[in-house]
Amino acid sequence: MDFGFSEEQELLRGQARDFLDRQCPTAVVRTLMASERGYDDDMYRRMAELGWTAIPFPEEFGGLGLGMVDLTVVLEEMGRHVAPAPLQSAVGLAGMTLLHGASDEQKKRWLPGLAEGTSVGTVALAESSGRWDASGVQLAARRDGAGYTLNGEKLYVTDAHVAEWMIVAARTGDGTSGDGVSLFVVDTAAPGVTVRVVKSMDQTRRLCTVSFDAVTVAADRLVGGEGRGWSVLRKGLDRALVAISAELCGTAQRAMELSVEYAKTRQQFGRPIGSYQAVAHRCADMLVQVESAKSLTYYAAWAVDNDVPEAPLAAAMAKAYASDAARLVTGAAIQVHGGIGFTWEHDMHLFFKRAKWGETTLGDAVFHRERVAQALEL
Amino acid sequence: MGPPSKEALHEPLRLGGTVVVSGLAFAACDRGVYGPLQRRERINGMDFSLNAEQARFRDELRAWLRDNLAGSAGRAAAPADAEEGGERRREWQRRVHEAGYAGVSWPVEYGGRGLSLIESMIVNEEMARAKAPDLVNVIGLNMAGPTIIHHGTPEQKSKHLRNILDATDIWCQGFSEPNSGSDLASLQTRAVPDGDDFVVNGQKVWTTLGHVAKWCILLTRTGSADEKHAGLTYLIVDMQSPGVQVKPLVQLTGDAEFNEIYFTDVRVPRSNLLGGVGEGWRVAMTTLMHERATLGVALQVRSRIAFDDLVTLVRAGGDGNPLLRQKLAQLHIETEAMRFNGYRGLTRMLRGEPPGPEGSINKLMWSEVNQRLMDTALEVLGPAALLAAGEESAPDGGRWSYQFLRSRANSIEGGTSEVLRNILAERVLGLPRSR
Repeated sequence: MDFGFSEEQELLRGQARDFLDRQCPTAVVRTLMASERGYDDDMYRRMAELGWTAIPFPEEFGGLGLGMVDLTVVLEEMGRHVAPAPLQSAVGLAGMTLLHGASDEQKKRWLPGLAEGTSVGTVALAESSGRWDASGVQLAARRDGAGYTLNGEKLYVTDAHVAEWMIVAARTGDGTSGDGVSLFVVDTAAPGVTVRVVKSMDQTRRLCTVSFDAVTVAADRLVGGEGRGWSVLRKGLDRALVAISAELCGTAQRAMELSVEYAKTRQQFGRPIGSYQAVAHRCADMLVQVESAKSLTYYAAWAVDNDVPEAPLAAAMAKAYASDAARLVTGAAIQVHGGIGFTWEHDMHLFFKRAKWGETTLGDAVFHRERVAQALEL
Repeated sequence: MGPPSKEALHEPLRLGGTVVVSGLAFAACDRGVYGPLQRRERINGMDFSLNAEQARFRDELRAWLRDNLAGSAGRAAAPADAEEGGERRREWQRRVHEAGYAGVSWPVEYGGRGLSLIESMIVNEEMARAKAPDLVNVIGLNMAGPTIIHHGTPEQKSKHLRNILDATDIWCQGFSEPNSGSDLASLQTRAVPDGDDFVVNGQKVWTTLGHVAKWCILLTRTGSADEKHAGLTYLIVDMQSPGVQVKPLVQLTGDAEFNEIYFTDVRVPRSNLLGGVGEGWRVAMTTLMHERATLGVALQVRSRIAFDDLVTLVRAGGDGNPLLRQKLAQLHIETEAMRFNGYRGLTRMLRGEPPGPEGSINKLMWSEVNQRLMDTALEVLGPAALLAAGEESAPDGGRWSYQFLRSRANSIEGGTSEVLRNILAERVLGLPRSR
C-alpha cells in the first residue's frame, strides 16, 4: 500500500512550482489574459523543454513514458497558478485521445509534435445542446468518395485558436447513442473551418466556436473505426477528466491558502479575522474539500494509468467532486477576503472563474454523478 | 490592505506538523536544479495492491470469516442486536482472538502478532465486508491497549494486554465529565495521593460499556485547577473497587449505550499509574490519537456497509427519482473520498511521516456524511420511517429509524464537529486561536 508520490514526483512538483512562481505570477497571467492570443508561446516552449508536454507519451513518440499520475503533479501546479497555456488541451485531452485509439501511423503523425511542444491539438465535442455525452454529437459527417464531408458547428472548444488540428466528434450514423459517432483529426487551417474566439468568463484560457462548412477530410484521418469513435473518445475523456480535476485541485488549494494568509493578517475589531470561528470554520471546510478532491483525483490518475475496470467510475467521481469543490472553495475564498475579494484588482476572481471553466468543461458534477449512479446500477 | 505579500504567498503550508516546502526551497533557475525531466524507468509510484504475504493473510481471514460467520452475519446495529457486552459478543471476540485476528499489530509477547498497519487495515476491511459483529472490547482494543503498550510498565503490559485481546476483561473510558466535554482538560475528578494509593472522587459521563467493564482508563486531576493540562494524571481503575457506582444514561434512541460513573473515595494503587503524576494529558493524547486513527478506518468501512444497505433499500423501492440518484451518487463519492483520505494517512504512517490532517478530516466528514445518509434512508422510507423498532411492521426491524436517531451523536462524540474545525483551522492551517 503506497498512496503517495515518489521522490521524483515530489521533485517534479517542486520544479513545476518554482518555474511557475517565477514565469507565471498573476501579473503575467493578467497580461496574457488581455492579449489577443492569450498565451505566451515562449513560456510553452520552456515548459516543453522541461519535459512537461512529453510526460504521458510513450518514448517511441518522443515522450517520457510516464503516466497521468506524473501529469497531475504538473497540472495541479498549473491550476495553482491559473497558468494560461494549452497543456491541458494538447496533452490532457487531444493527446490522450489519440494515444488510446489512433492507429500507429496516426500516432506517429501527430503525437511527436504534441510531445515536443511544437504543436497543439484539442478536441471539439460539445454543440448547441451543451451536452458532453454522445447524444450531444450531431455534427454530420457524410461519406464523400474516399473521405468524408463535415458540416455543423462545435462550441466551447478550448484552445482551438492556437491548435494546429482538432479531434472532431461527428456523427456518421443515425440516432443519439455512441454508435454512429466517428472521430476525425481536422486541421484548423483546412478550407471551410472557421475558428472564432468567444468572449468567455475565464480569460485565462480561450474558448472557441468552430464551424465546419463542407470540410473535406481524408479517410486516413478517421480515428478508430467509422461509427466506433465514442469508445475511443471515452478513454481520452476519462484521462481529460482527471487532468481537469488535477487543475481544479491546484486552483482550489491556492484559493484556500490565500484565504488563510489573509485571515491571519487582516484585522477587524482589534483581532485577525481568522480568530473568528465563522471565518476559521469556513477555512476548515475548504481544507476538507481540497484534500478530499485531491484524494479522489490521485486515485483516478492511478486508476486510468493502470487501466483498472473502475477507472471510468474513478474519473467521474473525481470530476464530480472536484468541480463542486473548486466552485465552493473559490467562492468561500472571495467571502473570506470580504470586499477586496470582489475587486478586479485582487486575484481571487481569476481562481473563481477558472473553477467555473473546469466545472463546466466535459460535464459538471450533476452530469458525472448521474454517471456514477449508472455505474452503481442505481 | 492589498493582496498578501509575495513572502506570505510562499510561506510553507503546514500539514499536521509536516512542513510542505514551497518551490522556493528548490532555489533553482527555470530549468530546475534537477535539470529537465530525464527519460527514466517508469516511476514505481502509487500502489494499492497487497504483496503475496498480505494477500495470503487476507485470503485466510476471508475463509475464516466465511466458515465462522455463516448464518449469523451482523450488520449495522439495530437495537435488537447484540446486547452490549453480552456473553455472545465476548464469545465472538474470543474466537476472533484465538484465530489470530484481534490486535494483529500488538507485540507478539503480549498476544498480538506484531504485524503492520496494513494487516490491521485488512482485518477492519474484511470484517466490514463480511458484516461481522463489532468486537465488543472496542475501548480496550483501540484505546486502553495501545496506551498501555506505549506508556505502561512491563507489569501492566503482562497483566492487562492478553485479557483485552480475548475479551476476558472489558474496558471503559473515564474521560468526559458533565462539565468537561470539549474542554476535556478542565476536568475535575480528583485523585489525591494517600500512602500507596490515590483516593479518587468525582464523576464521569458518556462511558460506553461502563456497566460490564472490569477496568477503566481514568483521567484525573492531581494538580490544581490552574495547572489545567499539567495537573492531570492517568490511572487504571478496577471497576469492582468499593466506591465505584455505574448508572445507565439513556439516550434519545431509547437505549443506554452510555453510563455515568460515580467515584466516591475509590482507592487506586500507585501501581495502576500510567505514565507519571502530572503526565496525564500526554498519555491521554496517545489514547485520543489512537481513537481518532482507528475511528478513521472503522468509520469508513461502516459508511460503506451503510451505503450498500441503503442502495439495497432504494432498489427494493424501485423509484428511480433523479434527485435521489444524485444524493446517492454523492454519498458514494464522499465515502470513497474518505477511503482515499485514509489511504493517504496510512501511507504517511507507513513512510514514518508524522500524521497529517486525514484523521480529523475523515471524522468530520464521516459524521456529516452518515447523518445525510440516514436522512436519505428515511426519505426513501416515507412515513414508514416513523415506525420504531419493536413494531412488527417496521421496515428492516426499525434499524433505519434507530440509526437515524443514533446518528445525531456522530457529530458530537469523539470530538465535536466544531472542535474538529477548530483543530483543522488552528493546528493544520495555522489560523490564530479563537480563545
